Amino acid sequence: MFEYFYKYGSPRHFYDLSKMFVPWLGGICLILLIAGLTGGLVLAPPDYQQGEGFRIIYVHVPSAWMSLFIYMVMATAGATGLIWKVKVADALARASAPLGASFTFLALVTGSLWGKPMWGTWWVWDARLTSELILLFLYLGYMALQTAIDDRRTAARAGAILALVGVVNIPIIHYSVEWWHTLHQGPTITKLDAPSIHISMLVPLLIMALAFMFYYAAVVLLRARYEILENERNSAWVCELIEQRRG
Amino acid sequence: MQMFHNSTSTVLIAVLKRDLVIGLRHRSELFNPLVFFFIVVTMFVLALGPYETTLRQVAPAVIWVAALLASTLSLDMMFHSDLDDGSLEQFLLSPHPLIIIVVAKILAHWLLTAAPLIVAALFLGLMVYLPQTAIMPLLLTLLLGTPVLSLVGAVLAALTVGLRGSGILLTLLILPLYIPVLIFSVATVDNAAKGLAITGELYFLGAILVLAATLAPLATTSSLRIRLG
Amino acid sequence: MSSLQSFLHMGGYAFYVWSAYGLSFIVLVLNVVLPLKREQQFFRALIKRKERVSKNK
Repeated sequence: MFEYFYKYGSPRHFYDLSKMFVPWLGGICLILLIAGLTGGLVLAPPDYQQGEGFRIIYVHVPSAWMSLFIYMVMATAGATGLIWKVKVADALARASAPLGASFTFLALVTGSLWGKPMWGTWWVWDARLTSELILLFLYLGYMALQTAIDDRRTAARAGAILALVGVVNIPIIHYSVEWWHTLHQGPTITKLDAPSIHISMLVPLLIMALAFMFYYAAVVLLRARYEILENERNSAWVCELIEQRRG
Repeated sequence: MQMFHNSTSTVLIAVLKRDLVIGLRHRSELFNPLVFFFIVVTMFVLALGPYETTLRQVAPAVIWVAALLASTLSLDMMFHSDLDDGSLEQFLLSPHPLIIIVVAKILAHWLLTAAPLIVAALFLGLMVYLPQTAIMPLLLTLLLGTPVLSLVGAVLAALTVGLRGSGILLTLLILPLYIPVLIFSVATVDNAAKGLAITGELYFLGAILVLAATLAPLATTSSLRIRLG
Repeated sequence: MSSLQSFLHMGGYAFYVWSAYGLSFIVLVLNVVLPLKREQQFFRALIKRKERVSKNK
């Protein structure tokens, strides 16, 4: 069992295998995106309070979900690399960070674009936006640490520790921010959620979330392929690959 | 020869003594965070204006943010000088458990930087017109909160030790992790100033401290091993 | 035609809705394009280095 795992968990096999998976995952993602966008932008009825403006939900909420999900994946992959010394896991963790940061950034910007017509200002210190902002800081810190350490092996392991410290902290941060928000709650404002969401609104949301999930799976493999090449820059199989490319 | 039958507690005390002696000899390192603490609070007062009602309102926030920044500044030095003179590698190679040494270093850092801050906060609180009833709670939150800063800070100081530009990187990594301590501490002092109950918030700070005290030394030792191993 | 127009109009929220979707699109596409480009650069640089080494032999 472990032999099998190590054989297919080796960077070289991962590099070959991932090439097969990426188009499939990408294709499924595209189909889901088309379905989700048609459902969300065309089929779902306008919200009775927010009109057509609520349609931003279909990028905002899945982005916010993904931002947290990717952090968990990053920490898990980092821990796997740290404990069992799986090189592929290191690459996956490092490849996840920019994606997680992207989704966090999108959650923030789309939240701001949604907030402007709903609240009248570009930014409100509401619990979700504030948590997303802090999450963005955590991602940027992780990426800064990765680039600051030259040795990629050490960088991966240091990053894993940082991600794990983050995982312990995220629930505490999240809880404290929620608590802080209720403590300082001013005049009541509508939360960035479709109120009492209807099934025709919910289904596209779930499809979009699934589409983002497949997008992440496809792109993290794509990115991890590059990270693995960098990690294994001097290994025999990468040299072989270069010989093949030279033709 | 004596080294060989040292028990863990004597190792702890030896490292603690060593760090305290070094810290007390380098007076500037001891006083700089303190001076920084005073200057930041003064800056806030100059920016806000000397109005008693305004200052009274923002006092807990200002004092806590300044204390946070002051203790962050000194973190960079926690392992730095030990790396430079090679004693960090000695620690890693020594037969004594690294975690004991790490705990001693964290304790020394707290005693050298945070303990003076707590005393200084007493005076600063009066200077920014913090109500009398909130002074004791402020010191209590500092007493519970600053060890968390030293503990969590140790993990990240170990991760970034010896990197170029480690100072700003460390600050960037650490401040988001301090948010819960900041929120609960400031809320405690705020509530105390308004005459409300504060036990709930203090329990939370205590729980965070216990969590940090159990996990941070472990994480610090593995960080040091990773960076130097 | 008018249904398309009203679709693009988004009940007056056109700017917010379409910039949210547009920006998301750009960010998601960039996340695919950039690593592919970097992979290409990686190969190009290593191939170049190899040719230089073999020339010197």
